[in-house]
Amino acid sequence: MKRSASIVGVLTAAVLLAAPAPAAAKTEIHFWHAMGGQLGEATNELVRQFNQSQAEYEVKALNKGTYPEVLTAAIAAYRQKNPPHIVQVFDVGTQTMLLSGAVYPIFQLTREQEIAIDWNDFIKPVTGYYSKDGNLYSMPFNSSSPILYVNRDAFQKAGLPDRPPATWREVGEASKKILAAGAAKCGFTTSWPSWTMLENTFPWHDQPFATNANGYTGLDTTLLINGEFGVKHIGQLAAWQKEGVFSYGGRMGQPDPKFINGDCAMLVQSSAVIGGFKKSLKFEWGTGQLPHWGPPYRKQNTVVGGATLWVMKGQKASDYPGVARFMKFLAEPHQQMWWHVTTGYLPITHSAIKNLETGHHFKKNPEQWTALSQLTAKPTPNSLGHRLGNFVQIREAIEGELENIFAGTKTAKQGLDDAVAKGNEILKEFAASNRP
Amino acid sequence: MKRAVFKNRRLPYLLVLPQLAVTLAFFFWPAFESLRLSFFRTSPFGDKRLFIGLDNFRKLVVDPDYYRSILNSFVFASGVTALALGTGLFVAALATQKVRGLAMYRAAVLWPYGIAPPVAGIIFLFIFHPSYGVLPYWLSFVTAYEFNWLLKGWVAMALVVVATAWTHVGYNIAFFLAGLLAIPASVLEAASVDGAGPVRRFRSIVFPLLSPITFYLLVVNMIFAFFGAFGVIHAVTQGGPGRATEIMVFKAYKDGFIGLNLGSSAAQSVVLMVVVIVLTALQFRFVEKRVTY
Repeated sequence: MKRSASIVGVLTAAVLLAAPAPAAAKTEIHFWHAMGGQLGEATNELVRQFNQSQAEYEVKALNKGTYPEVLTAAIAAYRQKNPPHIVQVFDVGTQTMLLSGAVYPIFQLTREQEIAIDWNDFIKPVTGYYSKDGNLYSMPFNSSSPILYVNRDAFQKAGLPDRPPATWREVGEASKKILAAGAAKCGFTTSWPSWTMLENTFPWHDQPFATNANGYTGLDTTLLINGEFGVKHIGQLAAWQKEGVFSYGGRMGQPDPKFINGDCAMLVQSSAVIGGFKKSLKFEWGTGQLPHWGPPYRKQNTVVGGATLWVMKGQKASDYPGVARFMKFLAEPHQQMWWHVTTGYLPITHSAIKNLETGHHFKKNPEQWTALSQLTAKPTPNSLGHRLGNFVQIREAIEGELENIFAGTKTAKQGLDDAVAKGNEILKEFAASNRP
Repeated sequence: MKRAVFKNRRLPYLLVLPQLAVTLAFFFWPAFESLRLSFFRTSPFGDKRLFIGLDNFRKLVVDPDYYRSILNSFVFASGVTALALGTGLFVAALATQKVRGLAMYRAAVLWPYGIAPPVAGIIFLFIFHPSYGVLPYWLSFVTAYEFNWLLKGWVAMALVVVATAWTHVGYNIAFFLAGLLAIPASVLEAASVDGAGPVRRFRSIVFPLLSPITFYLLVVNMIFAFFGAFGVIHAVTQGGPGRATEIMVFKAYKDGFIGLNLGSSAAQSVVLMVVVIVLTALQFRFVEKRVTY
């Protein structure tokens, strides 16, 4: 007994001696994100700059995998009562976060920590997506929107004018000429099929995607994508798939190689790949706005994709001033501009955009302006964004049905009807599990 | 026969305790948690939880997608098992031939088993991808038929079956090889003397003598295909196109971890557990009767 006590004493002394002197113990702030590769390096660089800019806080950035994996990890950590302070959550996870009761809304955080961030400086389509009752709930971080990428060499070979098609009709005509001239094997393809062809195409034409103003005003929401407009648009894509004008290439970024290797002359994809394309494309290329059907449909705005930073509850109160300061740092024009130029994500504050304009950035890099030009209109209830619970699953259901439509096993109407039925089932489940 | 008897009455229990503890902690406890969770509707963050009885199961019963995933599972598991066992036996038989550098061949045929399923998936993705794969490019010279598994369900299923079987075939080869080498040469020689050809020798001698191993592998492969074969589908098709390659275990993962519908995911795991228990029991009940130990 006596001996073990003395052993404990020795061990304790050793531990005390070995422990580093807590001279300048910085408060650690944990930040989980999904940025890999070049984007991960850019994120780390921002964090490094913040850590150097002050002495009290140390932000620790950690890549936790893909977007769904980061969200799942954060949820697990929260349930074990040790969440990260900041977690990056993708656009479709917004409703889940808003209703979780686990977040410290950014507007409340900055107010309580007396940190002034001018939210009016942020462009409306971005803040609108992530606000509730006029208050911003998460910090916009990486935002992008879908645009049209054009292989200008293929256009030239087909004798087409050197400008991107503006309407879907023109896309169809240009594609047919390209196929006839043998300039490419297919006219166009699209990455993230549901996001580009439905989630953005609907607001772009000022068409409702779901009831309750796309889910903003209530939980008893149902999908509206199987109406006349949806059937017309998807039906046209299915018809084009048969002719080779359109070539389905899979989900997420899987179709990109079809454009990169020259098989398809056009690609609809997020503006966030501009940075990568600048390095990898071996032909002359340009960008145009997401194609539109023209009258009678109004040209509205597209919505932003990407992710925002959510502050989680459940950490020490003394940590949150540092979190607020990090957010303020990210909102500053210098960081906003640097992030945009380095990654290709959109600059999302008016002051950053103005500064970039003054430096003739968009004149020199017109492709960087394309997505922004789609976001200038004042959003309507149809184009503010989507606030749907379990949106990831809904997107799954939609993309599964799109595959059935493009494979020709279902008509556009049948497929979209089935997607709506499944989506509504998922929405009902979400509403039931979130009823207070 | 002499039986070992422990004099100390507590010692035997103490000796099985570690195994018991591991089994309880890593098998029974999670299984029990799944069962419990399947009776609740839980919000993703766990702040709201409501007992809903069998509602999660009721929803599965009326979900055509779920039946589709059950069917897919059976197609997938039979395909993988048949292919992995067939190829395994064939390659193992070849590896018993007397050739130079036999040891090297034997080591080489085991390699695929060392490759993690997601990596195997990525490799197959590079070979078979309709946009940038090598094989579709070559095939386009031979036939006009497009093997586009991004849109054609049966091609996608065939692809994941072949890729998964490939990752597992090394395991089967190892067992078959051991089994083949254990068959006494004298028996086979005697059969040859009696005028039995290679086919007859295989059917009447080799196959029956291998049956315990074949049976073991059948059970293990089936369970692997139902439970474990997940990496390839995750890396290649994500369950698509449509839901053509969505097997039960992938659907449970997707609904739980991507869709954050934990109740339904738990209910699916419970069903999966029952399916595998029943399958194993059936195999032991009926197939084992024809096994000669």
